[in-house]
Amino acid sequence: MPPREGIYGLLAEFDTPSELVHATEMAHRAGYRRMECYTPYPVEEAAEALRFHKTRVPLLCLLGGLAGLITGFLLQTWINVWGYPLNIRAMPLFSWPAFVIPEYELTILFAGLSTAFGMIALNGLPQLYHPLFNAPNFARGATTDKFFLCLEANDPRFEPVKTREFLEQFSPASIVEVDH
Amino acid sequence: MATKGPIPEIVDPMIDPRTGEYAVIAPGHTFKSVTQKIAGIVLTANTPWAWMGGLFLAATIAMGVVITVTWLLLKGVGIWGITIPGAWGFAIINFVWWIGIGHAGTLISAILLLFKQTWRNSINRFAEAMTIFAVVCAGMFPLLHIGRPWLGYWLLPYPNTMNVWPQFRSPLAWDVFAVSTYATISVVFWYIGMIPDFGTLRDRAKLPLAKYCYGMLSLGWRGSTRHWIRYESASLLLAGLSTPLVLSVHTTISFDFAVAAMAGWHTTIFPPYFVAGAVYSGFAMVLTLAIPIRKFYHLEDLVTLRHLDNMAKVMLATGSIVAYGYGMEIFMSWYSASHWEFFMMWNRMFGPMGWAYWVLILTNLAIPLTTLWSRKLRVNVVYLFCLSFVVNIGMWFERFVIVVTSLYRDYLPSSWGTYRATKWDYMLFIGTWGLFTTLFLLFARLAPMVPMSEIRMMLPETKVRPGGADAEVVVQEAL
Repeated sequence: MPPREGIYGLLAEFDTPSELVHATEMAHRAGYRRMECYTPYPVEEAAEALRFHKTRVPLLCLLGGLAGLITGFLLQTWINVWGYPLNIRAMPLFSWPAFVIPEYELTILFAGLSTAFGMIALNGLPQLYHPLFNAPNFARGATTDKFFLCLEANDPRFEPVKTREFLEQFSPASIVEVDH
Repeated sequence: MATKGPIPEIVDPMIDPRTGEYAVIAPGHTFKSVTQKIAGIVLTANTPWAWMGGLFLAATIAMGVVITVTWLLLKGVGIWGITIPGAWGFAIINFVWWIGIGHAGTLISAILLLFKQTWRNSINRFAEAMTIFAVVCAGMFPLLHIGRPWLGYWLLPYPNTMNVWPQFRSPLAWDVFAVSTYATISVVFWYIGMIPDFGTLRDRAKLPLAKYCYGMLSLGWRGSTRHWIRYESASLLLAGLSTPLVLSVHTTISFDFAVAAMAGWHTTIFPPYFVAGAVYSGFAMVLTLAIPIRKFYHLEDLVTLRHLDNMAKVMLATGSIVAYGYGMEIFMSWYSASHWEFFMMWNRMFGPMGWAYWVLILTNLAIPLTTLWSRKLRVNVVYLFCLSFVVNIGMWFERFVIVVTSLYRDYLPSSWGTYRATKWDYMLFIGTWGLFTTLFLLFARLAPMVPMSEIRMMLPETKVRPGGADAEVVVQEAL
């Protein structure tokens, strides 16, 4: 794939989360959809302004947990009944109550790993390069104390001049044009 | 000139006037100041001399592990004081003790998160690190105790040419699953928690190598809101998974004892009593670590007296559960009307090793549970630091008493023996302290000790007012 060229988007910098949430809400009302907020800590109000509510992380957690439970059950049942049957104190070969703890641990192990790696994968990480890292003020602030709104160029409503004017009405600390 | 009117009270700025409690975070901090403070510890070019000295000392002590394990691999477990009937000895005592210490880290990071105890934010990262390093120390002991550690992988179910599989009706096989899951999930939870902070370190690092390493570790984190929402969801789920996990781990370990038909072990109270004891010793260890760290790195603003006070309260609660456990053991040894149970308890208190029982009562119950009721002592840093050692000694003796006194005088007097640890037992145990401290010092230097993103969420600046910039003016006036 040839490297993408041109503008990635317009990045507005704000000093407070309130300004960011206000600008995001207004941008959404103005019809912008391809946009993203960047904050140094989770700002739930920003997610609401972006109308981003649902994540599939809990589903992955559930599926992982079920997979762990089934693995634990089948593994132990097969081993103790067919794979390597041992007579222990004349207990039945299929003594399922004794299998509960390894099943329980495997449920948690699989659920935890699928949650963690699922979250990373859904977020598209690891992604060591991103156009926003080209913006000089982004690296200085996004992970420390500044709040950013990026209106992306692939939005149908995006026009470099008009979008900039739109963002200026929220009096951001700066507006930077970000290249790919 | 005599002053008239009420004498103005000297108000401690750390005390919240509305509640009378110490603040969780000192007033006057901003996003920038907390970030600078925490990131500065890691990114500074000047490594403190005291840190170097501490690392040298700790690593030297950790050599005890290397030497003992080498000798053990050459000679076998006979170099330890384990014999029949006292076959478990220091290896199992230390295993249970270390893994118990780890439990407080998970409790702080998971259970207190679910209960929305935001004060935990400042201490959860290094408590989690403590968990992982404690599990590293703990995991070594049963592996060495199996006699041929190089065959340790036989514990896992895997297809092999011998056609042999583990026996899943034994708690010892359950232990393998519990401890390995615990170690894995703790590491994952710890790392996931650090991703945004690694992003901050990447952006603030001056050194190209540091920028590169933290950049790789942060996976390219950029603080996108959609990422944050998934991240928060994953954190909450991991906390929800870790909570039953941490309770199950010490429960499973207590089954190693409770399932055996030994007087003093075969009791149903063991699981809750082991878990409470684990949390008790774990909080003591968090205090042991937190008090010097907040002093040395000047983190008094973030790890305040409120944290120390709260941790002391948790110790008081869990210590009381442990006290109940001891009381119930004594009661049941009488109420069971079992001759063996009764003798075991008599032997535990007044037998040849009775002194260990009284050391345990003194250090685990008598000293902490009488003094921790006093708020003055709970916020006395020096006292808490000393007390944390006392409790950890007490909890070690608890495991010693449980393991040794039940084993060395069992049902048949003809098979009675004694237990005496050898110099190798001591060397390995002390060596693990060095290993633990070494790992912890490296962590304190190389990773963010306090979660920056979570601290930022606790600041008053995070309040979002609808209406944007205009509303901000109103807020400032109101403050």
